[in-house]
Amino acid sequence: MTYDLIVLGSGPAGMAAAIAARGRNKSVLVIGNHWQDSPLARAERVDNYLGLPGYTGAEMLETFYRHALDMGTEFVIGKAISLMAWNGFMVTVGSQVYEGKTLILAPGVVRQAKYPGEEEYLGRGVSYCATCDGMLYRGKPVVVVGRSSDAPHEANYLKSLGCQVTYVSPQPPVGLDGDIPYVKAGKLTIKGEQTVTGLEADGALIPCNGVFVLRQTVAPTDLLPTLETEAGYIKVDRRMATNLEGVFAAGDCTGLPLQVSKAVGEGHVAALSACEYLDQKPEQ
Amino acid sequence: MLVHFSKEGFDKALSDGKLMMVDFWASWCGPCKMLAPVIDDLAEQYEGKAVVGKVNVDEEQELAIRYGVMSIPTVIFFKDGKEIDRKVGVMPGGAFTQVLDSNL
Repeated sequence: MTYDLIVLGSGPAGMAAAIAARGRNKSVLVIGNHWQDSPLARAERVDNYLGLPGYTGAEMLETFYRHALDMGTEFVIGKAISLMAWNGFMVTVGSQVYEGKTLILAPGVVRQAKYPGEEEYLGRGVSYCATCDGMLYRGKPVVVVGRSSDAPHEANYLKSLGCQVTYVSPQPPVGLDGDIPYVKAGKLTIKGEQTVTGLEADGALIPCNGVFVLRQTVAPTDLLPTLETEAGYIKVDRRMATNLEGVFAAGDCTGLPLQVSKAVGEGHVAALSACEYLDQKPEQ
Repeated sequence: MLVHFSKEGFDKALSDGKLMMVDFWASWCGPCKMLAPVIDDLAEQYEGKAVVGKVNVDEEQELAIRYGVMSIPTVIFFKDGKEIDRKVGVMPGGAFTQVLDSNL
């Protein structure tokens, strides 16, 4: 089915957008990580949100999530790895494709800079998607750079395909197959000639043909290369519309202050703008 | 008309030396599914001007290895039997027509 709205991000902005759009009787799909993975879930106490003083970040997120769910929002847990505007929007999560008429970007802020060599070797050994490209590395040495909670699971999947997997991350992984070697490292550089030949991890070289960089989210500007930004944040107007038709943004991704109340307000406005856009658009 | 290439068919088409655009894909790849309608459209649009085809990397692993396809979808352009350009990942149709138009 084609959803009226696809919301990328399951934090406060994304949930607020979902609730507002459900209130207008639009079909909504939220694609995002488990709410437990939101940076807000680690906040010990949030005291400046109207009407809910003293909540922990996790309590707040769970309350928001329940509310969105009760309103009839559909959720897909996962990471949007690619996106295309084509008669609306198509979003890929793993091997599944979801379609929507409008798009609300609410992914939060991606705090991880790209590694040296990452952009240069993208598609020539660097991949963001184990499900998509894993098969092309059967029998070959690959490194998984684990920067998300589902990365150990993806590494196990690559091993099951027959890849020779090494797992690299700053913290020990949870749920990694015991047969996969783990290297603790934080400073990474991707090395190569025509294609990737290895990963330098804290100065030591791990030879490999492929590097799977698995982050919590794919940056919106990687999903939509023509999306306009300003000082690293998505540029929006008062309707929360971006420079792209049918694409709205809300929450931390649009700029400071990085606060729940601002995210919720923006999510609400973005959803109403998306609804207005849908209602004005002639049926196809 | 969109051509689904086998290795033999591909090599024959390549030796004809015409302008070719070939999408390397697989059924388990979500982004490939997204790109499929775009490739279908271009096949129609460039009928008679360029050969537009697809290679299933599961069935034709040799071709995928020969061209070093390491991420799918990868779209490779050929002319006079040689690779002239490639695009990796999902892109809007314009990214492909630009290459095709400048090599017609």
